[in-house]
Amino acid sequence: MRSRRITGLLLLAVLLVVVCLASIAVGAKAIPLDHVWTALFSPTGTEDDVVVRSLRIPRTVLGLLAGAALGLAGALMQGHTRNPLADPGLLGVNAGAAFLVVVGIYVFGIGSLTGYVWFAFAGALGASVAVFLLGSTGRAGATPVTLAVAGAAVSALLFGLTSAVILTDVRTLDAYRFWNVGSLAGRDPVIAAQVAPFILVGALIALATAPALNALSLGDDVAKSLGHSVTRTRVLGVIAITLLAGAATAACGPIAFLGLIVPHVVRSFTGPDHRWLLPASALSGAVLLLTADVVGRVVARPGELQVGIVLALIGAPFFIALVRRKKLAQL
Amino acid sequence: MTATVDKPAGKPGRRPPGLVPGRDPLRVGRFSGVWRPRTVVVMAVTAAVLVLGAALNIGRGEFPIGVGDVLATLFGGGDPAQQFIVLDLRLPRTLTGALVGGALAVSGAILQALARNPLAAPDIIGITMGASAAAVGVIVLGSGVSAFAVIAGSVGLPIAALLGGLITATLIYLLAWRKGVQGFRLVLVGIGMNAILYALVNWLLIAAQVYEAARAQVWLNGSLNARGWEHVVPVGIALAVLVPAALVLAHLLGALQYNDETARSLGVRVDGGRTALLAVAVGLAAIATASAGPIAFVALVSPQIAQRLVGASRPPIGASLLIGATLVVLSDLLARTAFGTAELPVGVVTAVLGAPYLLYLLVRHGREARV
Repeated sequence: MRSRRITGLLLLAVLLVVVCLASIAVGAKAIPLDHVWTALFSPTGTEDDVVVRSLRIPRTVLGLLAGAALGLAGALMQGHTRNPLADPGLLGVNAGAAFLVVVGIYVFGIGSLTGYVWFAFAGALGASVAVFLLGSTGRAGATPVTLAVAGAAVSALLFGLTSAVILTDVRTLDAYRFWNVGSLAGRDPVIAAQVAPFILVGALIALATAPALNALSLGDDVAKSLGHSVTRTRVLGVIAITLLAGAATAACGPIAFLGLIVPHVVRSFTGPDHRWLLPASALSGAVLLLTADVVGRVVARPGELQVGIVLALIGAPFFIALVRRKKLAQL
Repeated sequence: MTATVDKPAGKPGRRPPGLVPGRDPLRVGRFSGVWRPRTVVVMAVTAAVLVLGAALNIGRGEFPIGVGDVLATLFGGGDPAQQFIVLDLRLPRTLTGALVGGALAVSGAILQALARNPLAAPDIIGITMGASAAAVGVIVLGSGVSAFAVIAGSVGLPIAALLGGLITATLIYLLAWRKGVQGFRLVLVGIGMNAILYALVNWLLIAAQVYEAARAQVWLNGSLNARGWEHVVPVGIALAVLVPAALVLAHLLGALQYNDETARSLGVRVDGGRTALLAVAVGLAAIATASAGPIAFVALVSPQIAQRLVGASRPPIGASLLIGATLVVLSDLLARTAFGTAELPVGVVTAVLGAPYLLYLLVRHGREARV
């Protein structure tokens, strides 16, 4: 098992480097690898250098950050709710972000991606805090089932309100439908810098709580008797998920499905141990998102297909094949 | 044949077989069940709210009719003008809403019990999305001059949506088949399928002109606008066939809640039973979506509300049916009247009405739901 995990992680790291290079080289203007090299390490101001440094690298960095964040958030979410159907959006992150973005467009007339970021992030934070508070009112505190049901209900409410706005205002719908597919294209480099600190803090919290999350997966009572504070672990988990998924959604729009499938794919070689599952999920998330982004630039030349759409179209068949072939590691 | 409620036997050891400890048996001729007073009260109250909500909904409009007159007209009274307005114009809409809501809720109750997961619903495992993709395809591509447009134009929106839902469900079933169908694998394959179809819908929405996108968006939110008797009949027939089937098959859900070995040793044909239950759930969801669009969250929320009201260990079929119907009818009432002249699609209001109620139940009971 151990050698399989290490091989898996190494393979993912190699894949990640390959995909990053591809993401820099492939696009509307193909750039040969030796030019990529000079642009990275000894730029001379040629056209290729400018494209690489001002367009391709920021986009690749954003993809890395968002992919890793969503993969990590997905693994955390499934661990905390002990529900294989949970995705990072279940805490209401996507619904909250979408709602405040729509409010931003409709009420304040915000029209730029950079302007959406803080609205989206505030919405994600607000929604997940509400879900956690509502889900933890019972005697037993926040249990996996109450969290899942509260998350689904809050998301439903917010999506309903969002729909109510975009149905009554065509202008808002027009701006919203492009934010809503999730994409890495045309993001200002500033956006990646804005969300990076949140993702880093979230990732650190996530990795630090991995051993406690392992104990929680044995059930709350067992975790308590092993000396873990269930409430503290869960609160930290919710904070980490919100930071990771909220930041990724704020930067790229809602990217569905990535956080849901990555943990299932990764669990097939790491098993359920979160100390391995979490880092491997972060790596796989980044690899998958960047791959989808590169494919999206190639298949619909001269335009491109949004990464959210490509991700579902190539990721889902792969996921179905995996579900069919393997005996899935249950949570 | 008379229904009787036996008093519990005096000594625990002498109870007849099939009796639940602490519960009275209910016997109707050769058949027996468990007498659950709380379920009966919940269902009776919900049914009363449903009738009242429906009468209010029928009464509201450009030509208002009082609740009493509406009820009188429904039961054969009223003057000719009232009969025309109530029976021909307004009843079909409300009836479509109630039937569609009931169908979605039963579908959700079956899927949640089968998957042992409160998040399972036809919305999540791709059945509704299959119908949506077909319908949005017809709306967006149907106006062109391609071969697809010709086919789409002749088939029509509801049939296309129905076919979309059924084909998707068949594909999911076949892809999940490995010497039998396991609930967990089926749901995961469904999620994959849902993602593919969702991407297709989004791609169509981006490719479309903004006004076609707006029209598709209205359909995607579910609407009861301009529904006539031709919409009532298909859903009515489907419910009349599939809901009794669901009630008959419901006893299998109890056994299927355990793992397959336990269910088999209890004498349940696991694969056959599961397939039959799935077929019922899929049929209900696909026909409901074809009639009124994917009315969101009814299938997810109603069984959870019903389960909490009844205090059951899994979503109850009968109570879910009534809750779903009531939710959609009340939402339609709100959607039509609460926002002045602007009429919202009913799907928007079901979420805004149903979700807070579920949250209220969650907070008030503050106890763990068992699915």
